Amino acid sequence: MLDNSAKPLVSVRDLKMHFPIHAGFLRRRVGEVRAVDGVTFDVIEGETLGLVGESGCGKSTCGRAVLRLYDITSGQIMIDGRDIGSVKQRNLRTMRPIMQMVFQDPQASLNSRMTVEAIIREPLDEHTTLSDAEKREKVGELMDAVGLNRRFAKRYPHAFSGGQRQRIGIARALALNPKFIVCDEPIAALDVSIQAQVVNLLEDLQEQFGLTYLFISHDLSMVRHIATRVAVMYLGKIVELAPREALYAAPLHPYTQALLSAVPDPDPEMAAAKQRIVLQGDVPSPANPPDGCNFCTRCPQVMDICRRIDPEYREVQPGRWAACHLHNDMSPAEVADEINAAQTAG
Amino acid sequence: MTDAVTTPNIAPDEPVGPPVETRVTRLKNFWSDFRQSWVAIGALIVIVTLLLLSFGAPLVAPQDPYDMAMLDWLDAFLRPGTEGTGGYVHVLGTDNAGRDMLSAILYGLRTSFTIGLSAGALALTIGITVGLTAAYFGGRIESVLMRIIDLQLSMPAILLALVLVALLGQGVMQIILALVVAQYAYFARTTHGAATVERGKDYIEAARSTPLPTHRVLFKHLLPNVMPPLIVVATVQVASAIALEATLSFLGVGLPLTEPSLGSLISNGFKYIHSDRYWLSIYPGIFLMITVVAINLVGDQVRTVLDPRHSR
Repeated sequence: MLDNSAKPLVSVRDLKMHFPIHAGFLRRRVGEVRAVDGVTFDVIEGETLGLVGESGCGKSTCGRAVLRLYDITSGQIMIDGRDIGSVKQRNLRTMRPIMQMVFQDPQASLNSRMTVEAIIREPLDEHTTLSDAEKREKVGELMDAVGLNRRFAKRYPHAFSGGQRQRIGIARALALNPKFIVCDEPIAALDVSIQAQVVNLLEDLQEQFGLTYLFISHDLSMVRHIATRVAVMYLGKIVELAPREALYAAPLHPYTQALLSAVPDPDPEMAAAKQRIVLQGDVPSPANPPDGCNFCTRCPQVMDICRRIDPEYREVQPGRWAACHLHNDMSPAEVADEINAAQTAG
Repeated sequence: MTDAVTTPNIAPDEPVGPPVETRVTRLKNFWSDFRQSWVAIGALIVIVTLLLLSFGAPLVAPQDPYDMAMLDWLDAFLRPGTEGTGGYVHVLGTDNAGRDMLSAILYGLRTSFTIGLSAGALALTIGITVGLTAAYFGGRIESVLMRIIDLQLSMPAILLALVLVALLGQGVMQIILALVVAQYAYFARTTHGAATVERGKDYIEAARSTPLPTHRVLFKHLLPNVMPPLIVVATVQVASAIALEATLSFLGVGLPLTEPSLGSLISNGFKYIHSDRYWLSIYPGIFLMITVVAINLVGDQVRTVLDPRHSR
């Protein structure tokens, strides 16, 4: 399905986003929340990369960091051949239009004091030199493209339903002809009946405009529907990245296995027969992650080495990446060496 | 691709919820809510009348109380309702210089309004800038700015204004400056509180990701959404600026005698209050009270209408 030689539109290398924790009267820095802690992935032109994980695992932060809505701690972000990781916010303004974002809650992401037309038009005002009539026509075209009636351009967002509001948000994201769109849980706040419409719209637009998506979601079924490849995050790190079919058919990482076993099955007989992997305990705090593998405190298949050494995130099969010692082809002697090295170092 | 999802991809044609809403209907809704309180309507009428009378004072007032040529010593201390040498009835009496009190009050009210409104507007502008900057940029900027505001709010406004007037000297500009310094902190804190809430919402992130320049995010997106609480604070602060100025003038540190306000009129008449010439102090006092109460009543109703928990 995926041509391996296809060129990546976005490539992220060892991205880290740590938020400092300040405390006390002098607001001294007492620690940091490692929301995203060394994430590496590519998004190939025209594909949809699904990014899944439970609440608080850093997937939204990751999406926003890729768009440089934050000043990243370290790492490299290449978009369309340009390194934007180290560019100053001020200079990003001219280059950012190729990347846009669709937000989770359309109620909160639209300024309730602006009309639909003003919302969609604002990026045009700021980044293009179109005439007033051209802008109005462009707004109309965008409203057509996302399935909104042009007659409602002068209305305020609160006059629309959740699904329609999300369409407004999508139209705004499309206004500057972006190549890459980060969809941050675009359907999580919508009615189930509306979710399908919005996902289909996103797919249609992808085809029509040749878009590339980073689709952040916790809905595994929806990601299975829309994504070309899927990355699974746990506590600030990607634990597994694989083409969709391969990942859903045979997950490699124990966390992915547990996650997929939690997806409800619509067939009651199948559901009854399914072996659920129930993880014990809670996700550790990203301010104080465990030594070794981040998942070692809850992993059903934990080994001695997992508590000492953080597994390397590597390509374990062609096109499939994982960070797990179970899929490490080191010999036992090499493992022992690694442990010794870690002990002398630490 | 899985075929789980096959819903037609067209949004329903009619928006749900309330029909077309434009800026005009928004104002109309505000007005129809505001109208619910008769007290507020009455207060609004009073304010508008006082504004018209005071700013139209040169046309409305029987005499120009500061034109010495029009004053006559024979008219001094006339009781309310007496006819003077000018051939007209002094409805509210005259003062020690033979000035018609009604005219003096209208001119004084004009000064009070000018000071209250311009101090309020300036304090609002400065307060908004400080509050928005603190809330938007956060971090150290926020800590420093808001600690200064806290420090200032821990001192009584009247004390601060007194000290400033003592340092700056008398005059309209000086007193406006003193009032602005004493009051901007209230606006800054209100703006900061509201903007901190709004800052965390996605529409700000959306504006930043577009990306829009900072000033546009601040003034086009953040500011309109923090306006409702500010409008309420602004009305109350204008009333309090008028009262504060009257207090300063009453204490003799406010306006010079050549530009009297309600406060200096009260102060002037206070000397004679024990000799049964009550009207010199009482009438300016009543006007001051009516003005301040009316503005506060209108502010109160504005708060009720703009309160999100207030139901239609």
